Amino acid sequence: MVTGAHTLRRDRVMTEHRDGVAATGWPGVVATDESPDAPRIGVLALQGDFREHARMLTELGARVIRVRRPEDLSGIAGLVLPGGESTVMDKLARMSGLVTSLRVAIAAGMPAYGTCAGLILLADRVLDGLTDQQTLGGFDITVRRNAFGSQNESFETDLDIPLLGAPPVHAVFIRAPVVESLGPAVTALARLEDGRVVAVEQGHLLGTSFHPEIMGDYRFHEYFLAKVQKSVAGGHSGVASVGRPAQ
Amino acid sequence: MATASDPSTTAHTGSTRVKRGLADMLKGGVIMDVVTAEQARIAEDAGAVAVMALERVPADIRAQGGVARMSDPDLIDSIIAEVSIPVMAKARIGHFVEAQVLQALNVDYIDESEVLSPADFANHIDKWQFTTPFVCGATNLGEALRRVTEGAAMIRSKGEAGTGDVSEATKHIRTITAEIRALTAKSPDELYVAAKELQAPYELVREVAELGALPVVLFTAGGVATPADAAMMMQLGADGVFVGSGIFKSGNPQARAAAIVKATTFYDDPTVIAEVSRGLGEAMVGINVADLAAPHRLADRGW
Repeated sequence: MVTGAHTLRRDRVMTEHRDGVAATGWPGVVATDESPDAPRIGVLALQGDFREHARMLTELGARVIRVRRPEDLSGIAGLVLPGGESTVMDKLARMSGLVTSLRVAIAAGMPAYGTCAGLILLADRVLDGLTDQQTLGGFDITVRRNAFGSQNESFETDLDIPLLGAPPVHAVFIRAPVVESLGPAVTALARLEDGRVVAVEQGHLLGTSFHPEIMGDYRFHEYFLAKVQKSVAGGHSGVASVGRPAQ
Repeated sequence: MATASDPSTTAHTGSTRVKRGLADMLKGGVIMDVVTAEQARIAEDAGAVAVMALERVPADIRAQGGVARMSDPDLIDSIIAEVSIPVMAKARIGHFVEAQVLQALNVDYIDESEVLSPADFANHIDKWQFTTPFVCGATNLGEALRRVTEGAAMIRSKGEAGTGDVSEATKHIRTITAEIRALTAKSPDELYVAAKELQAPYELVREVAELGALPVVLFTAGGVATPADAAMMMQLGADGVFVGSGIFKSGNPQARAAAIVKATTFYDDPTVIAEVSRGLGEAMVGINVADLAAPHRLADRGW
């Protein structure tokens, strides 16, 4: 029993896939074999499991930029918002002045993918948040924060996701949110057996209540990078000098 | 128990991945000791990623003496009702019934803690028997791996709780990370002896050598009192910080709590750390660990 549990790894992503890429430490996660025209993908690095996202994106060939300040957004073609504590990320994003820049970029069509707390940050409406909690918005959805209860109710399960095909996604839900209502432009990508929506897409936005970055399932990240490529090809050249102080 | 390869779609709770996963979500954050619902509210509003519910902060346990035990369930309930972030609570080392009670109270994490009086001087809790995940303290790599072997889903370096003196926290996080680096330099045939010397299972030692990291999240604790203390722990390789007495034993808990949160995120930016360190009022007075007689050092509890 003990031995079996040891096969689970904290840094599981780097060990099992794409051996040729050096696993660089944080800070400064940059692929060693990146192509010069690889898209620059920001990972919101205020708090949470941003390293897992950064590692996966790096291994998929993206140039990963850790985003903590407005100036970190310059030249970014897409943004990943990690799992963590949404109330903490909200406070830190407001404190660092990131909120305004991010809202502008997302509203202008910058692709963004949020997992768990990241999904909450992207939602237009939040239930069971703190009274002063704000979000970046963009996703025409209402999410209920911590919808399953305490950690004892956190769980893992297989989800059939037609968009990604077989095999099912093995999804980990950790004090996870659910999408309680979605606007007409939003597609539900995955539902639990009881019908609750746990993965959504709306144009340039993607969100999951669960954590592919913890499982090392690359399909959502690949799908997101394809979305970014399409956006770049469509003339979206990335965020231009967001929030840089005037010279 | 179902596993990742189990074709069943039935959801299951309490798996190792789910337990360790919550700790992953706490990374880069600050977990704050609170003794009342009001303090819990202040901590959440200041940006705590979780709170530790207890009856007395370590500085008071130290000052008042006596046997320190699990908190009153009413207190824990009131704190769970007050905040939306995860709530942790402490059980005595080896006191598996206190842990059963904390699980029944639906706390999000159980800290099997040397800050309380040990209930068993030989055995720690068999943490695999619980749905609720555990965090345990460690002063070195061998101790950390023994706790992981017993089922801990998160490790914190111990430091010396209730002192406001960061030196022991520094020593323990440096010791653990240095021992991990040393393992990564060993050849495979040397890992057998390393396992013997660490008094930890070979399979786990080999995993750490391959990963260059613990298989669980590593926070630091015990003596962190300022934003600069927290940032130093992060620069030394901690995934996050526990702050016990340092916040609510200081002159301005709200400001200090928020400052430590910011310093933990911007741990490598001295300009931010300088900015948030201004005007915080008195830090906790503190005790120099060197002035503590050995029997009063909490970090020596646990085996």
